[in-house]
Amino acid sequence: MIQLLAFYLFAIIVCVSGACTILSRNPVHSVLWLILAFFNAAGLMVLVGAEFIAMLLVIVYVGAVAVLFLFVVMMLDIDFTELRAGVMKYAAVGALLALALVAEIIVAVGAWSAGTLALGRRVAPVADGVPNIEAIGALLYTRYLFVFEGAGLVLLVAMIGAIVLTYRKRSDVRPQNVARQNARRAKDATRNMNPAVGQGMDL
Amino acid sequence: MITLTHYLVVSAILFTMGVLGIFMNRKNLIVILMAIELILLAVNLNFVAFSSFLHDLVGQVFAMFVLTVAAGEAAIGLAILVIYFRGRGTISVDDVNRMKG
Repeated sequence: MIQLLAFYLFAIIVCVSGACTILSRNPVHSVLWLILAFFNAAGLMVLVGAEFIAMLLVIVYVGAVAVLFLFVVMMLDIDFTELRAGVMKYAAVGALLALALVAEIIVAVGAWSAGTLALGRRVAPVADGVPNIEAIGALLYTRYLFVFEGAGLVLLVAMIGAIVLTYRKRSDVRPQNVARQNARRAKDATRNMNPAVGQGMDL
Repeated sequence: MITLTHYLVVSAILFTMGVLGIFMNRKNLIVILMAIELILLAVNLNFVAFSSFLHDLVGQVFAMFVLTVAAGEAAIGLAILVIYFRGRGTISVDDVNRMKG
């Protein structure tokens, strides 16, 4: 009973915040609604017994992706009212398409519940008494090791790509050149002179 | 009693909302990226629900990989957005076809 109550709470909040994400006028508000949606989706996942993915969702999405979105939204100086201009024009077509899509999904779910789906063979059955994190770890570091490393490579490429894309050499600032500073020696920088009195010296 | 159908309905609603968001905010690239994140969230919810109700862990492992790709996609997408804004001073999607150089 309490589970069902919690499910409906999370489900309603996740749907409402999803709607507010796409409807709100200010993108900063959109990001905040998105964060709420992620939190409640994590709640839904905890409810079904997938704690690890739920915590990963909170850490990765709320901690990294949403903050990235916030930074970009606040960094760019954009007139957002202008961008909202065509919303009502596209809303009709979008709503039609969304309606068709949701009808298709409902039909698919209905077809599925008519004859229940059963797995012929479970690839990685859930063992009783083994914590979720332990089970996922055991699976991830054995059978899916190479896929896991591939995921790491994807993240590495994404990081390098983001840096390369956004890096720019600016001519109006004078950044510190550490290599040049370290390569500089005393004999290049100073000269020992012994000028005669009254002669002066050329520099 | 929570059934799998409950979860499927929630993720169907989320998915549809993401698609609707892409269509409605056709000018605002940032909100389009957020709508894509919503779609991926719905997909993840589906994976986790199926994995839990069918007692097979592979769904959760795959949800993790979806999460990884979503994070990479957000990073690259926002980086492209930033350089696009730097060059053009706007993020309107209508002008994106000029990116081909």
